[in-house]
Amino acid sequence: MTRYHLAELNVADLIAPLDSPQLADFVALLPEINALADRSPGFVWRLTDDTGTDATSLRPFGPDTIVNLSVWESLDRLRDYAYRSAHLAVLQRRREWFKPHGRPYQVLWWLEVGRLPTVAEAAQRLEMLDERGPTPEAFTFRAVFPEPGTLAA
Amino acid sequence: MTVDAIGLLQEPVRRAVYEYVSAQVDPVGRDAVAGAVGVGRTLAAFHLDKLAAAGLLTISFARPPGRTGPGAGRPAKLYRRAPDELTVSVPPREYRALAGILAEALEDAGADEAAVRAAYRRGLAQAPAGDLVEHLAGLGYEPVVDESEIRLRNCPFGTVAHEFPPLVCGLNLGLVRGMLAGCGRPESDARLDPGPAGCCVAIRRVDSKDKEH
Repeated sequence: MTRYHLAELNVADLIAPLDSPQLADFVALLPEINALADRSPGFVWRLTDDTGTDATSLRPFGPDTIVNLSVWESLDRLRDYAYRSAHLAVLQRRREWFKPHGRPYQVLWWLEVGRLPTVAEAAQRLEMLDERGPTPEAFTFRAVFPEPGTLAA
Repeated sequence: MTVDAIGLLQEPVRRAVYEYVSAQVDPVGRDAVAGAVGVGRTLAAFHLDKLAAAGLLTISFARPPGRTGPGAGRPAKLYRRAPDELTVSVPPREYRALAGILAEALEDAGADEAAVRAAYRRGLAQAPAGDLVEHLAGLGYEPVVDESEIRLRNCPFGTVAHEFPPLVCGLNLGLVRGMLAGCGRPESDARLDPGPAGCCVAIRRVDSKDKEH
């Protein structure tokens, strides 16, 4: 039986350039929050740019839009990191740094174990969510679909 | 049915059993419940199973720590409060659905800060006149005071917080900070520090004021 991991993409529209004073707190918090992800139970992989530390220089969605693309062993592990760790306090301050996106900014999908998502594939999933709403191929924390081959809970 | 489940709590002994189990951090067995409530083990087990059958408690089985292998005996039946929310309203009201819709709208509009400000004003308006811990208990937070902090075992915004964590937890932080400001304490005493369960807000303990409960 094929086993699956969970892939997650989220995009964020910066209110000002990363090197501006408005973003200083965010930039300062980024290394510890990335390090926390890396050592969190269930963490598999996250996208990084040439620096190898984060993905802030990658702008596939536009010059002012930064991306997070990561893979986790399970939905619960990702949820624990995103919402039940020090990451939550950073997330709670998101409006100090990011503009309202107006469209879906986060998408989840199941991925065969061993594969890593590409940015193009992630962009496609976000587009699918935007067009069709949550489906087994592109869903959200509020509308979860079970991994392929399992029965819905 | 919800009304039947809640109706079960009218019987005083059963209510005491439910309240004792709800107040425990870990699942408990019938012996502990019998001792705490002051009834026999058989009667305690009867009420526990009745509450579990109605969905108010959940059951698990475990051996006491340190007792493993052959001869350890049967695992004990343990009970804890069920995570499901039961709400009764007559006439019918759907505030949870409304909260979900409003939360989604706030997310779309990126209006977290407006929500936090509104919550802060509510907090100020309902600041504790006396003891903060008792006040939080009265609001359903189920506070537990340890050496350095007040932790809140229950998240009063349950399902909606689970669906919109940054928004609702931020709003809740605003609410608690409003309460602190209203009783002359620094807002920075409250911060977001989520644990595996319960409310994400932790409050710094002020020794002279926050007695252990």
